[in-house]
Amino acid sequence: MEESTYREAVRSALREEMLRDPNVILLGESITGYGGSYAVTKGLVQEFGPHRVMETPIAEAGIVGFAVGAAMGGLRPVAELMTVNFALLALDQIVNSAAKFHFMFGGQWSVPMVVRTVSGFGQLGATHSQTFEGWFAHVPGLKVVMPATPADAKGLLLAAMRDPDPVMFIEHSLLYSTRGPMPDDPETVVPIGRARIARAGSDVTVVAYSRMLLQALQAAEVLEREDGCQVEVIDLRTLRPVDYPTVTQSIQRTHRVVVCGEDWRTGGFGASLLAELQDRCFDDLDAPIARVAMADVPLPYARNLERALIPSSEQVVQAVRGIL
Amino acid sequence: MGGGPRKGRRYNAGVAATRAVRPGAGTRRGGGRRRSPALPADLTAERCRQLYRQMVLIRRFEEHAAEAYAQAKVGGFLHLYIGEEAVAVGALAAARPTDDVLSHYRDHGYALARGCDPTACMAELFGRATGVSRGMGGSMHLADRSRHFWGGHAIVGSHIPIGTGMAYAAKLQGRDDVVLEFFGDGATGNGIFHEGLNMAALWKVPVVFVCENNLYGMGATLAEESPVRDMVIRAEGYTMPALQCDGMDVVAVYETLRVAIAHAREGRGPYFVECLTYRFRGHSMADPELYRDKDEVRRWRALDPITRFGARLVAERISTEQELTAVGDEVEEEMLRVVAAADAGAVPDLATLSQLVYAHPIDPTTPPADQEPQLAPRPAASGRR
Ligand SMILES: Cc1ncc(C[n+]2csc(CCOP(=O)(O)OP(=O)(O)O)c2C)c(N)n1
Ligand SMILES: [Mg+2]
Repeated sequence: MEESTYREAVRSALREEMLRDPNVILLGESITGYGGSYAVTKGLVQEFGPHRVMETPIAEAGIVGFAVGAAMGGLRPVAELMTVNFALLALDQIVNSAAKFHFMFGGQWSVPMVVRTVSGFGQLGATHSQTFEGWFAHVPGLKVVMPATPADAKGLLLAAMRDPDPVMFIEHSLLYSTRGPMPDDPETVVPIGRARIARAGSDVTVVAYSRMLLQALQAAEVLEREDGCQVEVIDLRTLRPVDYPTVTQSIQRTHRVVVCGEDWRTGGFGASLLAELQDRCFDDLDAPIARVAMADVPLPYARNLERALIPSSEQVVQAVRGIL
Repeated sequence: MGGGPRKGRRYNAGVAATRAVRPGAGTRRGGGRRRSPALPADLTAERCRQLYRQMVLIRRFEEHAAEAYAQAKVGGFLHLYIGEEAVAVGALAAARPTDDVLSHYRDHGYALARGCDPTACMAELFGRATGVSRGMGGSMHLADRSRHFWGGHAIVGSHIPIGTGMAYAAKLQGRDDVVLEFFGDGATGNGIFHEGLNMAALWKVPVVFVCENNLYGMGATLAEESPVRDMVIRAEGYTMPALQCDGMDVVAVYETLRVAIAHAREGRGPYFVECLTYRFRGHSMADPELYRDKDEVRRWRALDPITRFGARLVAERISTEQELTAVGDEVEEEMLRVVAAADAGAVPDLATLSQLVYAHPIDPTTPPADQEPQLAPRPAASGRR
C-alpha cells in the first residue's frame, strides 16, 4: 500500500482533477512562484500555466467573489485562502453569495466551487491561531469538510471539486507532514457527508475530526492500556451535513459520548453537535455528554500558555474518565 | 472614438484627467438644457420605438409595483428605478443577448430591458412560485438565467468581483461574451468594489462596469460618501479607460456602452462607464426623503428620460404624439393583465424550502452509491484569447 503525506495528498487531488477537467482553476495568494504558504500548490503553475493557477492580489473577498462568478461562468474554481483567519474577510462572499444563490434565485444555478483553507496554530498569536469551522457549518447552503488523514484529504477533495455546491475544505497546518496509507485506486473518491469509524470499541464513543482525530486515537490507546476501556473513535470528516446515523448508532452501542473540537467552547461546532446528540440520543445515554474544546480566550504567543490551551489527548482521556 | 458620444469624455490611465466635465451646463443640479447627440446609424426608427416602449414598460411596471406595495401584495424592500430607465435600456440595447448581466438590487429595469417576462417579474415581487426566482428572491433578487440576467444583488458591491469572475470564465473558455455590471455611486465606497476592479484590470477581463451615479447612496449625499464627484476617476487608479455620459439620455447611454462593450469584446480589458442620473422616487418605499429638497427633484424630473426621448422621436419624425400616447395605453393595458396574472400565481409550497438549499442534497441514511456527485459536463477544450 502506498503512503503519502497529507500535503502530497491534497496536491495530488488538485493536480489529477486539473488533468481530468480543463475547467478546474486554482486561485490564491502566493500560490504560484511561492508554491502556497503551506507548499501545497508547488509546481502546479509550471504544469498548468498562470491562466489556471492564478496568483491573486491580497483580496480575500475578491478572491471568493471572483471564484463564485467563475463557477457561474462554467469553471470549477478552487480558491485558496491562506488561513481560515483571513477567511473572515471573505465571509460575506461565502455566506451571502456562494451559499445563497441556488436557493435565492430559485435553483436556476448552483455555485460549484471549493474554498480551501487552513486551521492551526504554533505560536502565531491571537489573530493567526483561530478555528472557525463552526461559523461555516452554521450556514445552510455550504458543505464543510475537515479531513484528518491523507487518504481522506485526497478523496474528499476530489468529491468537493466535483460537487455542484460550494464546499469549505478546511485543512490543518499541523497535519500537512503526517503520513498515512493511500487507497490502491488513486481515483478513490470519499463521499461528503459520511463519517468513518476510525477505531471500534464498546465502552464509549469519541467523536472527533481533523487534528483532534489523532488526539482521540492516542487517548484511546492510553485508555485501553491504563483503564481497560474500549473506545470507539469516530472521524466525522464532514461537519455539514453531519452523518448523524453513524454517530447515533455508535452511541446506541456504547451509551457514552465525548465530543472533541479545537474551537471555542461557547457557540462552537462542538456545542451544536452536543445539543443535537442530546436531542437524538437522550434515552440511549448513561452519562452526560462530555466535551473537549478550546477555553474561551484568544490564543497567546507564549509557548507554555498556548500549550496549556490547545485541546490534547490528555484532555480527551480525562473527559472519557469523567463519564465512565 | 469617431462617432462616439459627443458628451462622453474618455479617461485613460496616465492621462491627466482628474477633472471631469459635466455632460451639460448645470447637469449636476438637474438644470440647464442638454442637446442629445445625433442618432447613430444603427438606431433605426424601429429600434428607437422599441427603446421608447421598453422605458415606458419599466415605468408602468414600477408604478403598478408601487401600487401593489401599498396594498401589501409586495413585501420587504421595493427600490424603484423610476427616472433611471434610460440607463438600463440604453446599455442593454448596446449588448448582445448572450452578454451576461448582473446588477444591484434596484433591478426591475435590467430584468425588463433584458426581456424577462413581466408577469414572472411581478409574480416574484408577489412572492409566487411563478416568479422568475420561484418566489425565493423578491424584488431585490430577480434573475433569469435564460436571459443571461444573473441577478439583482442586495449586498452593496458584492456582485462586482462575481461578474469579473464570470467574464474571466468566458475568456478562458474562448467565448467572446462580455459581462455588464450595474451598481450605484454608493458601491464605490465599499472595499469589494476596489477588489473587483483591481482584478479585472490585472487580468484584462472582458467586463464593463456601469456606475449609475444618482447622487445618493440611500440617505448619504455624494459629498458625504465620496471624495470625488466623478466616479470615472475611480477607474484611473486601475488603468481602466472610462467614460462619463448623460444617464438621462437613452441615446447617449447607448453610444457610450457601445464603445465600452466593443473595447471589452476585442479583448482589450475592462471598461468603466459612469451614467449621471437621478432617482425620482425615494431610495425604497420606506424613504421619507428628508435629505434632499423638493426643488432638486423637480429640476431633475424636468429631464425625464421618457419625455425627452419621446419629444425627440416626434421632432425627428420617428413617431407622432398619438403613437406615443398609444404606446402608453397599450403598455398600461398589458400591465393590468400582468398584475392580474401574477396575482393568480400559486404561492410556493413548503417543500421548496428543503429542495433549494443544495443542488445536490446529501442524506447519510441512503447508500452513498446513489449519491455520487454528478460530474459536470465537460465542455469543449478551452481556447484562450
Ligand atoms: C454592504 C451593504 N451595506 C449597506 C446596505 C444597505 N443599503 C442598501 S442600498 C444602500 C445605498 C446604496 O447606494 P448606491 O450604491 O448609490 O445605489 P442606489 O440605491 O443609489 O441605486 C445601502 C447603504 C447594503 N444593502 N449592503
Ligand atoms: Mg446612488
